[in-house]
Amino acid sequence: METATLTPLGLKTFVPRPDKAPPLVASGIIGWMRINLFNTSFNSVLTVLALAFLCKVLPPLVSWAFLDASWLTPSPEHEGACWAFIVNKFRVLMVGLYPGEQLWRPMAVAVIMGILSVVTVARKLSTRLLILLWYTLPVGLFFIINGGFGLPKVEQSLWGGLMLSMGLAVIGILLSLPFGILLALGRRSRLAVVRTLCTGIIECVRGVPLITILFMASVMLPIFLPQGVNINNLLRVQIGMILFSSAYIAEVVRGGLQAIPVGQFEAAGSLGLKPWQTTVFVVLPQALRHVVPSLIGRCVALFKDTSLVIIVGLLDFLGMVKASSQDPKWLGYDAEAYVFCAFVYWIICFSMSRYGQSIERRNQW
Amino acid sequence: MVMEKTMGNTPVIEITDLNKWYGNFHVLKNINLRVYSGEVIVICGPSGSGKSTLIRCINRIEEHQAGTIRVKGMELTNRMKNIAGIRREVGMVFQQFDLFPHLTILENLTLAPCWVRKMSKKKAESLAMEHLDRVQLRDQALKYPGQLSGGQQQRVAIARALCMNPEILLFDEPTSALDPEMIKEVLDVIQQLAGEGITMICVTHEMGFARKVADRVIFMDTGEIVEENDPETFFTHPQWDRTEAFLSQIL
Repeated sequence: METATLTPLGLKTFVPRPDKAPPLVASGIIGWMRINLFNTSFNSVLTVLALAFLCKVLPPLVSWAFLDASWLTPSPEHEGACWAFIVNKFRVLMVGLYPGEQLWRPMAVAVIMGILSVVTVARKLSTRLLILLWYTLPVGLFFIINGGFGLPKVEQSLWGGLMLSMGLAVIGILLSLPFGILLALGRRSRLAVVRTLCTGIIECVRGVPLITILFMASVMLPIFLPQGVNINNLLRVQIGMILFSSAYIAEVVRGGLQAIPVGQFEAAGSLGLKPWQTTVFVVLPQALRHVVPSLIGRCVALFKDTSLVIIVGLLDFLGMVKASSQDPKWLGYDAEAYVFCAFVYWIICFSMSRYGQSIERRNQW
Repeated sequence: MVMEKTMGNTPVIEITDLNKWYGNFHVLKNINLRVYSGEVIVICGPSGSGKSTLIRCINRIEEHQAGTIRVKGMELTNRMKNIAGIRREVGMVFQQFDLFPHLTILENLTLAPCWVRKMSKKKAESLAMEHLDRVQLRDQALKYPGQLSGGQQQRVAIARALCMNPEILLFDEPTSALDPEMIKEVLDVIQQLAGEGITMICVTHEMGFARKVADRVIFMDTGEIVEENDPETFFTHPQWDRTEAFLSQIL
C-alpha cells in the first residue's frame, strides 16, 4: 500500500493484500483435549469426574460381557454373561415359531432387505428407482413369508421375533409416510370439509395412547365389523400403528409446510403451475427436507413402538426375548436376554439415525 | 412516443374502476389503467401506496373485490381457467427473487415450461439455456440459487419468467433487495428487454431507470393513481403537489 503507483488519472492503484494463513490453533490429540475437555476449570472437573465414573463402571461391565462370558455352551460356574442362551434361542428371537423347514424364507427376505438397505444408504441408484423398489419389493417379500404362489402358507400366529418387529416397522413407515403427508396437506386445504376431516383424524389419534389404539384395533374393531367380515389380528394391529404414526408424521410435515415462504407459492403460481404441481414440485420437496430430523425420529419411534404389540398377544422381538427368558430350562438369564434385546434395538435405531444425518448433510443446498 | 404505441391498438391490459380492500383498509381506489402492447410502464410512489398490490392483482396473486381487469381480452374472475390463461401470458419477477432453492438454476427454468407448456425436457432445456445466455448466466446453469449473488439470482428470476414466453412482464421492485453494486446488472437486463418489445409494468424506486426506459410513469399514493405522464414531463413538470413532494424527497 505504501508504494502505490499512480494511474494516468492521478489515482492511486488499489492492490488487495495477499491472503495470509490463519493463526495456528492447537492441533493433534493434546490440542483437541485442551480445547474440548480442559478449556475451563469447570469443564476440567467434569472431565475428571466422568473419567472416574467410567473407570468404576467399565471394567466390571467388560469382564461380565466379554472376559468372563461363556459363548457357545452354558457353563454355570462362570461369573460372566452366558451368551450361549442367546445362541440357543437365536432362532425364536429372530423368527418366532416360524417352521424350521421353511427357515430359508425369512432368511431370503432378510438378505433382500439387507441389500436394499445397503443400496439405499450407498445411493447407488436414483432416488426415484429406490422409492419404487421400497414400495414394490416388500409386497413380494410379504408373500414369501406368508406363502402363496406355490409356497406353503405359514400361519401368521407363527410369525414372531425380530422378523415381526421389522415387518411391522417397515410396512408401518412405508405407509404412514404418504398417509401422514396427505393428512398434513389436507389439514391446510382450502376445502373446509377436507380440512375438518383431517384435523379431526389427527387430533383424535394424537389424543389417544398407542396402547389404547392397539387394544381398540384388536378387541373393539371386530365388534363393529359386520358379521362374516374377519380381518386378522396382525393386520388390525398394523393398521392401528399406521394410523397412529400417520397422525404424528402429519404434524411433523405440517411444521415443514409452514416454513415455506409465501413467495414460493406466489412464484410457482405466477409461472402458471397448478396448485397440485406447486405442492408436488415446489413445496413438498422443500418442506420434507426441513423436517428430515423429525421424520427420522418418528421412524425410530415407530420401530420401537412395535414392541407394544406384546399387549395384544403378538410375540415380536421383545415379546420373544421375554418369553425365552421364562423358559424353565433356561431360567436366570434375564440380564443376557435384555442386554441383547437393547443392543439389537440400539443398532437398528442408531443406523436409522445415522442415515438421517447423512440425508441432512446431502440436502444442504 | 406514447402516441405511437397506443394509436389504433386495443390495450393488452385494461383495468377499470378497480377497488380492493384488506379488511377495512381500502388499498386500491378506483384504479383505471390501460396498457398497450410493447409499452413500458413504471409505477412509483411511497411505500403503502398500493403499487405492488396493483400489479399483483394483474396476475391474480391478489384478488380484487370490485372493478374489472382484462388481460388480452380475458377477464380475471374466480374461474381457474381464466386465471391459468392469464398467468400463461403474464410473467412476474419478485422483490425477493423467489427462486426454488431445492432446484438447480436450469431446473428452476424448465419446471414451468415442462409442466405448464408441456414441453419436452430437451426442448425446455435448450430454451432455458437460450434465456440464460440472454442474462449472461449460461455458466451458472447447474448451480443452486443459494450459490449465486443477489443480482445473479434476480437475473435468473427474469430468465425463469421469460422461459414461459409471456407477452407481459410484471416487475415488483426487482432491485429493492439488492446490494447497490448489483442493481445495475439487473436494470441493464430489464432495459434490454424493454428494447425487445415486451410489455412491462415495473414497480421501482429507480428514477434514473424510469426516465431512461419508461414510456409512461405512474405515480400512486394512498391507493390512487395521482399522476400519469411521459417521463420527461413527469420529472420536469409534475402536475400535482403530491408528486412534486415525492420527487423532491427521492431525487
